[in-house]
Amino acid sequence: MSTITKVDPAVPAGSTHPLEQRRPLGDRVFAIVALGSGLLVLVILVLIAVTTSQQAASWFSAEGLKIFTNTWNPAANQFGALAFIYGTAITSVIALIMAVPVSVGIALMLTEVVPYRWSRPIVYVVDLLAVVPSVVWGLWGILVFAPWLNHIYAHIGSAVTGIPVVGSLFGPPTSGASFMTAGIILAFMITPIVTSLSREVIATVPAIDKEGAYALGATRWEMITGAVLPHSQGGIVGAVLLGLGRAMGETIAVALVIGSSAVITPHLFAPGYNMAAVIANQFGEASGTFRAALMGIGVLLFVFTIIINVLARGIVERNARLKRGA
Amino acid sequence: MAAVTAETRQPDLREAKGWRRTKNRIMTVLMVTSFVVVLIPLGFVLFTVIAKGASVISWSFLTGSPIPPIVAPADVGGMWPAVIGTIEITALATVMAVPLGILGAVYLNEYGGKNWLAGLIGFMSDVMTGVPSIVMGLFIFSIWVLHFGFSGLAGAFALGCLMLPIVIRSSYEMLRLVPNSLREGSYALGSTKARVTATVVLPAAIGGIVSGALLAVARAAGETAPLLFTILVVTTPNYNVFSGANTSLPSQIFANANQPYPGAQDRGWGAALTLVAICFILMIVARIVTARFARYSR
Repeated sequence: MSTITKVDPAVPAGSTHPLEQRRPLGDRVFAIVALGSGLLVLVILVLIAVTTSQQAASWFSAEGLKIFTNTWNPAANQFGALAFIYGTAITSVIALIMAVPVSVGIALMLTEVVPYRWSRPIVYVVDLLAVVPSVVWGLWGILVFAPWLNHIYAHIGSAVTGIPVVGSLFGPPTSGASFMTAGIILAFMITPIVTSLSREVIATVPAIDKEGAYALGATRWEMITGAVLPHSQGGIVGAVLLGLGRAMGETIAVALVIGSSAVITPHLFAPGYNMAAVIANQFGEASGTFRAALMGIGVLLFVFTIIINVLARGIVERNARLKRGA
Repeated sequence: MAAVTAETRQPDLREAKGWRRTKNRIMTVLMVTSFVVVLIPLGFVLFTVIAKGASVISWSFLTGSPIPPIVAPADVGGMWPAVIGTIEITALATVMAVPLGILGAVYLNEYGGKNWLAGLIGFMSDVMTGVPSIVMGLFIFSIWVLHFGFSGLAGAFALGCLMLPIVIRSSYEMLRLVPNSLREGSYALGSTKARVTATVVLPAAIGGIVSGALLAVARAAGETAPLLFTILVVTTPNYNVFSGANTSLPSQIFANANQPYPGAQDRGWGAALTLVAICFILMIVARIVTARFARYSR
């Protein structure tokens, strides 16, 4: 042993055994730098919560629970944010209703229907929806898509006037910019993420389950409902929640097409507002309590999306762990 | 009895008949339709951007300056301040976020392993990808802009915060694919952990890491919301990314989108085509890098 220590120049004179020496300085520094970069994530998340809450403190203390009322009037110093929370909920729900069946359908098609060599190009095409920047969706939405949709809204609106519930949901439109338009554009934008996550979950269904279903004489659809969906429903719920988080936080496209009117109405073809859009449109000229109120809406948005993302990631991870164990 | 056993019925291997078969066909058609449904808006938006943008884009549009007032027709001035602003701010954000993101992933995969801290950091970085971009803008506004004023640097901070968790996630996935035998081989030669990571693990995963980083850059280059309250808007090029207000292509599109003037709308379409082209080129390069340099893949 002693001969080895003597011929090894890397070992400092004082150390007793080559395997007991302290790790060199560079090695320890690298480990600390890597740990620091990892911790940066936690630091940023905490800083977001702390600094934005500080800026919003005067709104929370001045209005108290009145922040959840429906009176948004900056000129009169009234800052109730309920209309924006309502708009965020409505547009996200519209987006989910449209995007989820389509996304799960594409995910099932990719895993169960098309040959393997086709699935990659199809994934690339679906991902292109996510590559188109939010502001380009907004530009196209307000200048091209909304005027076009307005004709369709007008037809639907005149067809359903007078019918009790449907009539108040889908009445005649004012302009193309509305909750509905914002929801549809959000649906385009969240389809790629819901598709890719559902596909990952569906791909973990064991081949033996599927073959078992086929062996019992199931058609492909019976195999999907009997073997694939029960196995992956937890993960799909997680994927849908992540889509919901995206839809809630998406800003610029919505700010352009939602119509900018702080009202609570069941009428889906009417212009509205949501949390992210009001911050984007009004923060520039805001100051004092007005700015604190917008900052506070940002804090609420942050809290909502964090809760939803924690839930979603928790479900996805728990599902993945259970299925791996099974 | 003997007769019955001899007549054991053959299993029915023919395709299911009647309603079961029809339902199967309907659902298969619906699945394929869902893909077609996605193609329509994608084709529609790309066609519009190219059709309306191509007539506006010219060398003088891309390199001309300053950005004219919204009422001016499309052939006055140019978008150079926004083009250079986008390049400066995105490049600075990349320089900050990519190395930190890769190091974070190195911690998660090489040092943290299965301990609770690495689990927490990995989980929270996934959660951080879901933080709305507008909140990142508000965050940088309250922590930086209120004290040091608007600048390209503030915008780069906001974009960097958005990119960081994406880079961590994609690099982590790539590091996980590197076989342990490579690490063990290097340890057996007496390398320290830092040296193993820097000379063996990272080079083995570099294709996937670069590709993931490029996708993060493409995402950041198209973001508007974090820039609204961090860089403000200017009409002349600002080559100093560290001080003074700046502008970017997404900000210009946002400013022009709601204007009734045809000149402003044309500038919006031209800027949109430029931005879409930048994002698509980054994505295509990322795909090529993945295909050519990714040594280990799932």
